[in-house]
Amino acid sequence: MSSILIKNGRVIDPSQNMDRMTSVLIQDGRIAGYDVAANGQDTVLDAAGRIVVPGLIDMHVHLREPGREEDETVASGTASALAGGFTSIACIPNTEPPIDTQGTVEFIRHQAAEADNCHVFVVACVSKNREGKELAEIGQLIEAGAVAFSDDGAPVYDSELMRRALEYLLMFDKPILNHAEVVELTSGGVMHEGLVSMVLALPGMPAEAEDVMTGRDISLAEATGGRVHMMHVSSAGSVEMIRRAKKRGVRVTAEATPHHFTLTDECLRTFDSVYKVSPPVRGRPHLEACIAGLVDGTIDVIATDHAPHAVEKKMQELDRAPFGMVGLETALGLVVTHLIKPGHLDWPQALAKLTINPARILGIDKGTLAVGADADVTVIDPDVTWIVNTAEFHSKSSNCPFVGMELTGRAETVIVDGRIKFQRG
Amino acid sequence: MSIVESEVGTLAEAWTKTDLLDLESLSAEEIRLILQTAENLKEATDGCSKKLDLLAGRTMANLFFEDSTRTKTSFSLAARRLGADTVDFSSSGSSLSKGETVIDTAKNIEAMGVDAVVLRHRTPGTPHLLAQNLDTSVLNAGDGPHEHPTQGLLDIMTIREQRGEINGLTVALVGDIAHSRTARSNIWGLKKLGAHVIACGPSTLVSRRWEELGVEVAYNLDEILPRCDVLNLLRIQFERQLMRPFPSVREYALLYAMNGERMARAKKDILIMAPGPINRGVEVTPEVADGPHSVILHQVTNGLAVRMAVLWLVIGAAERGLSKPR
Repeated sequence: MSSILIKNGRVIDPSQNMDRMTSVLIQDGRIAGYDVAANGQDTVLDAAGRIVVPGLIDMHVHLREPGREEDETVASGTASALAGGFTSIACIPNTEPPIDTQGTVEFIRHQAAEADNCHVFVVACVSKNREGKELAEIGQLIEAGAVAFSDDGAPVYDSELMRRALEYLLMFDKPILNHAEVVELTSGGVMHEGLVSMVLALPGMPAEAEDVMTGRDISLAEATGGRVHMMHVSSAGSVEMIRRAKKRGVRVTAEATPHHFTLTDECLRTFDSVYKVSPPVRGRPHLEACIAGLVDGTIDVIATDHAPHAVEKKMQELDRAPFGMVGLETALGLVVTHLIKPGHLDWPQALAKLTINPARILGIDKGTLAVGADADVTVIDPDVTWIVNTAEFHSKSSNCPFVGMELTGRAETVIVDGRIKFQRG
Repeated sequence: MSIVESEVGTLAEAWTKTDLLDLESLSAEEIRLILQTAENLKEATDGCSKKLDLLAGRTMANLFFEDSTRTKTSFSLAARRLGADTVDFSSSGSSLSKGETVIDTAKNIEAMGVDAVVLRHRTPGTPHLLAQNLDTSVLNAGDGPHEHPTQGLLDIMTIREQRGEINGLTVALVGDIAHSRTARSNIWGLKKLGAHVIACGPSTLVSRRWEELGVEVAYNLDEILPRCDVLNLLRIQFERQLMRPFPSVREYALLYAMNGERMARAKKDILIMAPGPINRGVEVTPEVADGPHSVILHQVTNGLAVRMAVLWLVIGAAERGLSKPR
């Protein structure tokens, strides 16, 4: 196989506490060494002024296939991931049909292999048909390749089912990724409940709806010893509960999305459904709590909750429009612009949440540039400024709330298994 | 009549908006301009009964996705008093029941050469969505519990007609603030014109957060009653409540119904208003609704005047080539 030398770059790999100017040699699809001089490699990339990092990982992506190919497919979603700098994504099983059998897991893996863009790791359903009633065949799903379990789109609602699932997964050491929402408190809701929802008379989704279930999940993880990962944490109360639980040694991890650390409920004053997302973007104290959680490590992961919807579905009244926004192609720019540039996180801290941390939670051999590791590498231009324009997106959908915004930082070259899969023109 | 018409004409030039979506986004000046125009038109039409030809040749479409009798009729009559043609679309019996989106429906109506679309819809913000997607003027006739700007304007016009001035008055909105578009439009309009506004009702229907916007929040009607110049008794919106926010209608009426006994403790010149339709015996007893302090029927007449004014103003702005802020 071919060899690639990436020279003159600042190499940051949080998995090895590495941050230095060096060159990276890729040979036969693996990381072969550092500090290598150009010497007849097939390809030499000059990364002067660039940051060279383990390929980014997004552990929360809705690929929509099978069932809603008008919104996204495995092929288009993975192309979108590459353009965003991601070499591995975990896809969430709320498809139609949901990913709750070996056959559907294999179908996703087949589609991903056909697309041959980035790696796709499959998150399978906790419950059969994602109905929240009885456990899916978790052991069989793991055998087919599932790396984690979630009924996302909806919470695992039944507390007994959640407890049993956490217990059952102990023997496989796999996490449950839960969407925390007490649905009686959010019924009919389209936005965060607060002053803005009161003025607009839009049905609200209070922070407490998230907090009550976050508390439940922490209690059940603590009682069972199981691993729970709180998806898209958006409320100050949940951040604080997770912080305290971690101190007690509960096996809880958490992710935050770029929209929850950049947008507030004020956006809904436009009545534009592009801002309709669950959990909702909330008030500034919640946004600041999410950033504080990212800063002190309470929140381990930055994940997009990439949720594509065809334009005709979003161009509707607010109560009819579906929840969700795309995120793969803006995530890195938002991290640089809103977390790194203002000084909340330094590059190694931010990159850990996009590489080794999600890899460890999912138990996958990714997110590292250690010698011998799979050669998944992202070269980032940290200084380029660009304007978000959905016409340039690789995703099939354009429901992006950041259109027209100027961001700093973007993936320039993306290497998967030692092959250059994306190069920005 | 010519003098009045020319005055009306002069005022219209100062108006620049091609839609009427809410009162929150209007300035005090713009609200006064609408009220002055409405007062002039009321006079020019002999109390909203005679016809003018200010909008001859134009067409107004009612696009109502929620039931309405008086607002729809009032808009239609207002348009006809100014010489415009009117056409009604309702959600049942149109292609909406076949799955067409609200934007497509409205674009089709626009393509038929309509000058103004009057929209009532269950979802807050739908008039704003249409305004973004249509060149035709959009007038909000109630977007769920959010706003009902012409109702707010006609309430304020009625108070102004009776009292001459809004500034300094104490106006209580009583009842289901949470689900009331009338409440929101009144709050914005009255506050911009300098009134002190009290939101009064059960704590499940009146959020303390209104205080952050300068609205006094009260749960006890009897305590605030002696201070009030105007009471606007809002209808309980049973159809919008997901879970009944008070134990029984009887208990609500005991706490908040305006009755003869409460009238005895009110200011001698208090005005009693209700946006209608009223639940007699729940928000207001018949003796009060039909009593000497009630201006409920004045509100209905002024509704015509206000709707004539806003139709003429927004269509006029559109015809002067003023475009929408996009």
